[in-house]
Amino acid sequence: MNAHQFQLAGQQLAARASGALWQAPARLLCVSDLHLGKSERIARRSGGLLPPYEVQATLERLEAEIAATDPAIVVCLGDSFDDLDAALSLGEAERTWLTRLQAGRRWVWIEGNHDPGPVDLGGSHLASLTASGLTYRHICTPQRGEVSGHYHPKLALGGAARPCFLIDADRVILPAFGAYTGGLRATSGPLRSLMGPGAIAVLTGRRALAVPLGG
Amino acid sequence: MPALPARFQSFFAARGWTIHPHQQEMLRRADEPALLLIAPTGGGKTLAGFLPTLAELADGGHQGLHTLYISPLKALAADIRRNLQAPVAEMGLPIRIEDRTGDTSATRRKRQRADPPHILLTTPESLALLTSYEDAARTFGGLRRVIVDEIHALAESKRGDQLMLALSRLEAMVPGLRRVGLSATVEDPQAIASFLARHPEPCAILHADPGPDPDIEMLVTEALPPWSGGGAAYAIPAVLAEIKRHRTTLIFHNTRAQAEIFFHNLWLANDEDLPIGIHHGSLAREQREAVEAAMMRGELRAIVCTGSLDLGIDWGDVDLVIQIGAPKNVKRLIQRIGRANHRYNAPSKARLVPANRFEVVECLAALQAARAHDLDGEPRAPGPRDVLCQHILITACAGPFDATRLFHEVRSAGAYATLSRAAFDDCLDFCATGGYALRAYDKWKRLIQRPDGLWQLRDPRAAQRIRMNIGTIQDTELIKVRLRGAGKPLGEVEESFAASLEPGDTFLIGGQIVRYEGLRDLTVEVSRATARRPKIAVFSGTLFSTSTQLSQRILRLLGQDRWPDLPAHTAQWLTLQREVSRMPQTDRILVESFVYDGKPHSCFYGFAGRNAQQTLGILLTKRMEDAGLHPLGFVATDYATLIWSLEPVTDPAPLFEAAALRDGLDHWFRSNALMKRTFRGLATIAGLIERNLPQARKSGRQATFSSDILYDTLLKYDPDHLMLRITAEEALRGAVDFSRVQELLDRTRGRVDHVVLGQVSPLAAPLLLEHGQVPIFGEGRERLMAEAAARLMAEAGLS
Repeated sequence: MNAHQFQLAGQQLAARASGALWQAPARLLCVSDLHLGKSERIARRSGGLLPPYEVQATLERLEAEIAATDPAIVVCLGDSFDDLDAALSLGEAERTWLTRLQAGRRWVWIEGNHDPGPVDLGGSHLASLTASGLTYRHICTPQRGEVSGHYHPKLALGGAARPCFLIDADRVILPAFGAYTGGLRATSGPLRSLMGPGAIAVLTGRRALAVPLGG
Repeated sequence: MPALPARFQSFFAARGWTIHPHQQEMLRRADEPALLLIAPTGGGKTLAGFLPTLAELADGGHQGLHTLYISPLKALAADIRRNLQAPVAEMGLPIRIEDRTGDTSATRRKRQRADPPHILLTTPESLALLTSYEDAARTFGGLRRVIVDEIHALAESKRGDQLMLALSRLEAMVPGLRRVGLSATVEDPQAIASFLARHPEPCAILHADPGPDPDIEMLVTEALPPWSGGGAAYAIPAVLAEIKRHRTTLIFHNTRAQAEIFFHNLWLANDEDLPIGIHHGSLAREQREAVEAAMMRGELRAIVCTGSLDLGIDWGDVDLVIQIGAPKNVKRLIQRIGRANHRYNAPSKARLVPANRFEVVECLAALQAARAHDLDGEPRAPGPRDVLCQHILITACAGPFDATRLFHEVRSAGAYATLSRAAFDDCLDFCATGGYALRAYDKWKRLIQRPDGLWQLRDPRAAQRIRMNIGTIQDTELIKVRLRGAGKPLGEVEESFAASLEPGDTFLIGGQIVRYEGLRDLTVEVSRATARRPKIAVFSGTLFSTSTQLSQRILRLLGQDRWPDLPAHTAQWLTLQREVSRMPQTDRILVESFVYDGKPHSCFYGFAGRNAQQTLGILLTKRMEDAGLHPLGFVATDYATLIWSLEPVTDPAPLFEAAALRDGLDHWFRSNALMKRTFRGLATIAGLIERNLPQARKSGRQATFSSDILYDTLLKYDPDHLMLRITAEEALRGAVDFSRVQELLDRTRGRVDHVVLGQVSPLAAPLLLEHGQVPIFGEGRERLMAEAAARLMAEAGLS
């Protein structure tokens, strides 16, 4: 199966090759750092005109994950929008698309540093969510049993770096799911120091590949 | 005809100089709108260019800028300034001469705009920047002449296209501008002339006496060159002996990394402590300047260098040029050799040092070509549109513009003479809106059209960002290297090289070995290391392809029955190739398969040049992937492509089926790494990707994402986007060079010889040590990665 199965705080989880986290018993699908509207924000702020297709590209991938797992609840783990104005300026087609994805399931927007306020796009808006024995928030804390995002971890294994999950006994940090997102090397100081001994990384891509995070 | 003013005549006479006929001719025809002078190095070319300017300025009547001098190198601009200032001062001429480059201080640059000197020496990039200011028309108000030095070098690159577009702007500001081009010997002077002149005006070509043929030989060494490798370490004692025998020696290398390694080895062997310096483009400016100054003072016996010293800098007393590694191109070789013995009518002296036995063959072929005056060159394609996009943005920075007028201006540059209005409008639309099929950005435009029809920047503050990104030099992302605790940077390395470093790794920069400590504020921090052997520095210079003409000569050489012209060691090496395998032939493709390092390897000899061999690598690995051979990677040289895979190649002929290769090119080729590399370069030039941001890129790397993502996104959602069309056209011509793949297929017509060997053949050996391996991210690598991941987990006790 194209996911890495693991346990966190007694909960069974799957780090999927797509970069989404799947909690099968609760039928909960979690994605982080979608950064929708990034090209719009860059155009507004700096005049740079990036290809305006990242919302479409990201939602297509999210739709595929939803189709594959049929979740009862979807948790977007913060920085879902590149900023609040970017959320406001989503096109009509994209809003309808989101509404369609939300139909028949609970949808939670966790707030992130890029999108700290509520958005008018359906679903509920929360600072953090505690569900099925785990806490979902944007930036990790010392709390145990926590699912977070924010850092966009990536790691190379004999080639180009790929976005990856970071997992230790207390927490999992998700890779960025958005199309226009870079990454921070998982072995770099700030990220490495967050993870405890025995931490692993799960590379995403064609297959979910677990490797030790190492020193 | 403007006679040489009396002051000049007495100045010349006092030194016993006589004016060369071509200098006289330049003076006589000074009023022509465009003149191209072709002269060998040392032929007084620069003086020939400047004499009319000095004559016109001698009476002190001219106000403001009179002559703009453009050179491809900052160092050259500074060098010419010094060379001009001395005689101008001695003759007491009332002429102010200044240079202006990226290295000039901000206050000085600002002053130069308001109060320009009579003669301004600058580079294409600095000129483009000058034209982007609102006060450009005032700065250039008095301009009469433009001198483009080393125009043969500029004409080969986008920098030249940018320059010619900038000249078209100047022409609009000050009509009647006279243009002078100074060129080394080239194979097609007419092409350079059309490049220089304002289209469709004519351009006269003047030829100076080419002087005597240079004295070029291969350097004879006692030590044998190795079978493979690029360092030429074996030749160090022989090179040192040559340095001792000459006053000043320039030692050229094809890449910066090779220069660093050679310099290091040379130092270790330099038991007499001869003063030897190193100079290449990755070194910090202070360090380059120190070497340049020491050289001018005649304090250095040798300089190890790369192309950064390649162009007409007058270093004075150079009496020997040594070329390490095979020259990839005969024209370049001749120009490098021109560096030596800067005295007109004295033959210049050069020695070639092949780094391995194959390069012995290449050097011999290059020598034969040089003696036959067989210069190589490829015709240039029409003016590149990414440069045009940048030009439109630069024009917008200077103020509102009329699209039709700008279009006609652009067409007056020779390279853009055939540009269609539709193609121009595509570029304008790209600059204004991004040019996307999806019009999501109606509110967010970079350029807007005013009610009076003129175009202008939507937000004038954008000008600062555009100015910061002016230029067409396609440097890979470079990161500064500095000693921990010390302020001064040592130089720069490629970001990808920096990313591959682990703390404790050692590498060479500026001739010293340093130890990698960490990355801080996007600077590589290092400490001094005591190791004698560094981890090899892989930051690269430009790799040129061996020209078609030279490849053909090499193939003919290999095909000889015996090799009386080659040193015995290399002849024996080729004989061994014939015994254990076969010799590659012009009309057949040779494929050798062997196991090396536990993996099946196959070497495909096409002699099509590095770019085409690289393309062949991509095409063949795709065919192998489809055939289930699980290719892992390949590396290409000018003559062969080496592919390694999990399964061996047993029948290579079907891999070369032309229709399938062509089909691959049409259908899946666009998603490969070479295309992305090409895209990255031109999207940066066109202004889609910004190289420099106003605030340094300190905010953290997760904020930036790779241009590959943009490429993939465009390919999926907007495949007809202008940037993708330009990428495809440019890649097929340049980095991909499919024309030479086609030429290879045409001349071999499916005649494929396959030899299965029990050992590495002599000709394949050099490829095993070749840099620039291209990984293939296919099922083979997935399989290996999965195995590696499982093994690591097991070793860590985590599975």
